[in-house]
Amino acid sequence: MARITAGVGSSHVPLLGVAVDQGKTGDDYFGPIFVGYEWTKKWEAEQKPDVIVLVYNDHASAFDANIIPTFAIGCGERYKPADEGWGPRPVPDVEGAPDLAWHIAQSLILDEFDMTIINEMDVDHGLTVPLSMMFGTPDAWPARVIPLAVNVVTYPVPSGNRCWALGEAIARAVESFPEDLNVQIWGTGGMSHQLQGPRAGLLNREWDNRFMDLLEQDNDAVRHIPHIEYLRETGSEGIEMVMWLIMRGALGSRVKTLHRHYHIPCSNTAIGHLVLEPA
Amino acid sequence: MTGPVDIHAYLAEFEDIPGTRVYTAARARKGYHLNQFAMSLMKTENRERWKAGERAYLDQWPLTEDQKAAVLARDYNRMLDLGGNIYFLSKIFSTDGIPFAEACSTMTDMTFPEYRQMMLDGGRSPEGNRSIKGGY
Repeated sequence: MARITAGVGSSHVPLLGVAVDQGKTGDDYFGPIFVGYEWTKKWEAEQKPDVIVLVYNDHASAFDANIIPTFAIGCGERYKPADEGWGPRPVPDVEGAPDLAWHIAQSLILDEFDMTIINEMDVDHGLTVPLSMMFGTPDAWPARVIPLAVNVVTYPVPSGNRCWALGEAIARAVESFPEDLNVQIWGTGGMSHQLQGPRAGLLNREWDNRFMDLLEQDNDAVRHIPHIEYLRETGSEGIEMVMWLIMRGALGSRVKTLHRHYHIPCSNTAIGHLVLEPA
Repeated sequence: MTGPVDIHAYLAEFEDIPGTRVYTAARARKGYHLNQFAMSLMKTENRERWKAGERAYLDQWPLTEDQKAAVLARDYNRMLDLGGNIYFLSKIFSTDGIPFAEACSTMTDMTFPEYRQMMLDGGRSPEGNRSIKGGY
């Protein structure tokens, strides 16, 4: 049977992709960020996950203002890195896992999550930056990927509670897939940042760390944080952290922390990284 | 946020955050064509046409005069007021070759070097920046 063996939380700042692509990951600015991912790179090489359910948001790349799916799952064979205005990132194409993806999509719909199904799309930094952070610069990504895109741009975005429940439903779906697969779920985005308006540049080290503390605990209090709290405390783009709750919800009530990292700043953003396994 | 939410109270709270335009449905509706125009700059051939004549390119889109003026002036706060969303608007400053952090600094009362230094020093504090009415 397929099983979810671990969850990873990580920021997906586009500048991290630039640092990887331009070989700057060891310099004074980026070094302190990337050093916090060294543990995870080694661990991933040992874990050898077959499939990553990668929760992320599209940043006006695959989706324009026309169609705004709240939750969309990629069921395609493969995905190309998106041209976000300066040419696509020089990273491998992302290989999908259509059999498992369609199984999850069907199971979620029967479980009353009305998913949007995507067959073809390009994937932007939201998806490819976490792959670079966890796997480095291989010729081909060492795991297949199921993209799970969440609307965290146009309000109302899904509640934390709904995200957590979606994670629980994804875990049930994975467990009912007959093939023996090592599946990880990654929640990406955040942490505190605001990219717009006179309040741009807001960061909140204390709140971000409290959020990670809550994710490590054996209770689900974190799912009830309202949108307004993310907005006030973590900036207008900090709301991306609801995507970490999909990851956390999929791990069950008790978790063990394997690794944790936090750094300020990366461009406009606070970097957070957490590796959890079901306990 | 579990169970039914009062949508009016939910939306009203968004207007109480200093220096922030939450991208609500009302803004998405107002800014639809502005955002779609910005999105069009993802394509190389459109970027070339845009660079060859900004006003002529804008005139092909059903934007208001206010929206066109804000785009031509690169007034990002004004574009936000007129329904722009920063992820869409980023296609404009990317085409201009301006980094995200520099574009962000233009929306604040700081120069780019001042803004960059603030970020290196730990970012803008949430203290006093959470609520207009509450002042906390």
